[in-house]
Amino acid sequence: MALSRLASSHFGSNFLKPASLLLSSQRRRSISSSNETLTIETSIPFTSHNCDAPSRSVETSSSELMSFFNDMVLMRRMEIAADSLYKAKLIRGFCHLYDGQEAVAVGMEAAINSKDCVITAYRDHCTFLSRGGTLFEIFSELMGRSGGCSKGKGGSMHFYRKVGGFYGGHGIVGAQVPLGVGLAFGQKYCKDPNVTFSLYGDGAANQGQLFEALNIAALWDLPAILVCENNHYGMGTAEWRSAKSPAYYKRGDYAPGLKVDGMDVLAVKQACKFAKEHALKNGPIILEMDTYRYHGHSMSDPGSTYRTRDEISGVRQERDPIERVRKLVLAHDISTEKELKDIEKEARKQVDEAITKAKESQMPDPSDLFTNVYVKGLGVEAYGADRKELKATLP
Amino acid sequence: MSRCVKRLGKWVSLGQSKRGFSTSTIQKDGVENGVKSLNLYSAINQALHIALDTDPRSYVFGEDVGFGGVFRCTTGLADRFGKNRVFNTPLCEQGIVGFGIGLAAMGNRAIAEIQFADYIFPAFDQIVNEAAKFRYRSGNQFNCGGLTIRTPYGAVGHGGHYHSQSPEAFFCHVPGIKVVIPRSPKEAKGLLLSCIRDPNPIVFFEPKWLYRLAVEEVPEDDYMLPLSEAEVIRQGSDITLVGWGAQLAIMEQACIDAEKEGISCELIDLKTLIPWDKETVEASVKKTGRLLISHEAPVTGGFGAEISASILERCFSRLEAPVARVCGLDTPFPLVFEPFYMPTKNKILDAIKSTVNY
Ligand SMILES: Cc1ncc(C[n+]2csc(CCOP(=O)(O)OP(=O)(O)O)c2C)c(N)n1
Ligand SMILES: [Mg+2]
Repeated sequence: MALSRLASSHFGSNFLKPASLLLSSQRRRSISSSNETLTIETSIPFTSHNCDAPSRSVETSSSELMSFFNDMVLMRRMEIAADSLYKAKLIRGFCHLYDGQEAVAVGMEAAINSKDCVITAYRDHCTFLSRGGTLFEIFSELMGRSGGCSKGKGGSMHFYRKVGGFYGGHGIVGAQVPLGVGLAFGQKYCKDPNVTFSLYGDGAANQGQLFEALNIAALWDLPAILVCENNHYGMGTAEWRSAKSPAYYKRGDYAPGLKVDGMDVLAVKQACKFAKEHALKNGPIILEMDTYRYHGHSMSDPGSTYRTRDEISGVRQERDPIERVRKLVLAHDISTEKELKDIEKEARKQVDEAITKAKESQMPDPSDLFTNVYVKGLGVEAYGADRKELKATLP
Repeated sequence: MSRCVKRLGKWVSLGQSKRGFSTSTIQKDGVENGVKSLNLYSAINQALHIALDTDPRSYVFGEDVGFGGVFRCTTGLADRFGKNRVFNTPLCEQGIVGFGIGLAAMGNRAIAEIQFADYIFPAFDQIVNEAAKFRYRSGNQFNCGGLTIRTPYGAVGHGGHYHSQSPEAFFCHVPGIKVVIPRSPKEAKGLLLSCIRDPNPIVFFEPKWLYRLAVEEVPEDDYMLPLSEAEVIRQGSDITLVGWGAQLAIMEQACIDAEKEGISCELIDLKTLIPWDKETVEASVKKTGRLLISHEAPVTGGFGAEISASILERCFSRLEAPVARVCGLDTPFPLVFEPFYMPTKNKILDAIKSTVNY
């Protein structure tokens, strides 16, 4: 059965399921080949600090590779659509796109389960999707609609998904990392066999809170994994301009670290699996994901003043995470170029449909301005111009 | 130090009285090289050029300032004054301010930029516990008076939770620092130069909504506007309105609308929030008998509360109506509901009317 038809028929009923679940439930290849274990070498070896690096040989399967392709293509399409919506002023506020970095979200998800926690900064759309969020929730949130994952109250930088162990979307650079260490303590205290991944950028790596959090995590052997998504720029500042040592995986000093090709989804998966095992036994570890963002920092940054066009196109040509998987899939004869193109078309369609549906989602009720400030019953008192208590609707 | 401050720049005289000047009629005393139409970020930029030019021991630093900063306020400074005096810092606000305090303690003028006022909180401890109390607790052996922290504040229409806040009141609770907020390009240039040269640590909040929007004739030369002096920017007799920064433009519109309905409003720009000019506000309220304060920050614990309490103490018998506060609501700064949150012209107009008709 053609993938496109299958996927679109799933659109309505399985709207809430993550993309990868959709794909695995509609496995397109003959069953015998799709589950067979394939062993594939990572692009480059891992570099380690204070620990033995994991093997370069990663076990995967053709169905997993196909789901990687599907998920990353969907993310890429989604971010490009968000770009257009922003330019059309349908998305307001600040908006940071993840295209280029997809392999980090997808590879990490492949190594963990929904009881593991993930917490990140404001570049959170794709991480939310990988944790099981839907396109509809994403576009609704981006446009500030009540169907959004934060009921339209958060916007681009504040996606959350409790059921998927996704603790969100944080606007203050670095602030999420100590929070992640607290989550890890909670897991350890309950003797959960789970860990917390705290993601942060190369710019954020210079915030003092990170070092405080790491010390706490190491002191108490917490299952905390610090993931530095090194896209080499914090806004317009290149890593070497702001960090004495841009070897972020080594910056935990006493805590071990691993440098990973963050453009290679299999390497990310291997590293996260390794880190989870390590953290459960020995406490914190730092993963530095060497990655790249194609877009500017946010929608107001064209992204071309502090780096060359050649640099960007060079990464696209040589290291693109989707192209890497496309090549693998073709080389192992798992799928054809035509079928991969169909997946891309299908992604486009799913994104367009989700946007249409999101546009129909209501704006939040004005009374929502006042809800969730405190627990219900301790509601905020606001006074209007007439010094009477203000109800929701204002002049 | 204050003597050398006066040597560095000319005080723009506000005339014999503190009153009577609207934005457009501030005197041009001290103007030597004519004026130029500038927006607010260019006026800030000009002030920084002058500050670095007139004092070789002044420095500008912060996230991305070497490239001009996200709002272009520091454009051209690194080229002109070199990377040793204008430099990018890593992304670490606590470090930036702490570093600035140390630099200032060595007798330098440290001009630090915090990219958005929403990001000043990691540096809150340094400002409150280190900067503000350095002089006091060392018995005047040390101080960081050369420190000026510039930071953009306030709504921009769609900034959401972390690009819109107005945190000035937190800092107004801290003896030892000054808090200054300009309303226009000309004010911004003169006040910023005063802040940089003032011998006390200062947090200077810049109304980012006005960076490009507000355009005004700005004297080209080196001039300073006095701190802790409020200005009556519109005279009236029925009610006194007090505000600062970007909110004044909204309040002015409300005054104009009120006038059409026969209500004469006096509008005061406070400019310096601490230590503030109580006398100017008091004199006005004694004349009008009514007071309205408006700011974007949430109403509870906002600086409006302090003004209200002080004026009540001083003018109790003259007041003819309760003091009105038209402010942000007691909610986090919202994303889609910004229009509801904001102290809009209509809300102010309603409050003017109900106060006058009390
Ligand atoms: C405390 C704080 N300071 C400054 C900012 C403004 N800001 C937002 S993102 C950013 C750069 C962060 O770079 P990095 O950590 O490398 O993450 P990336 O954007 O590359 O994903 C800055 C300076 C902020 N949000 N919070
Ligand atoms: Mg970065």
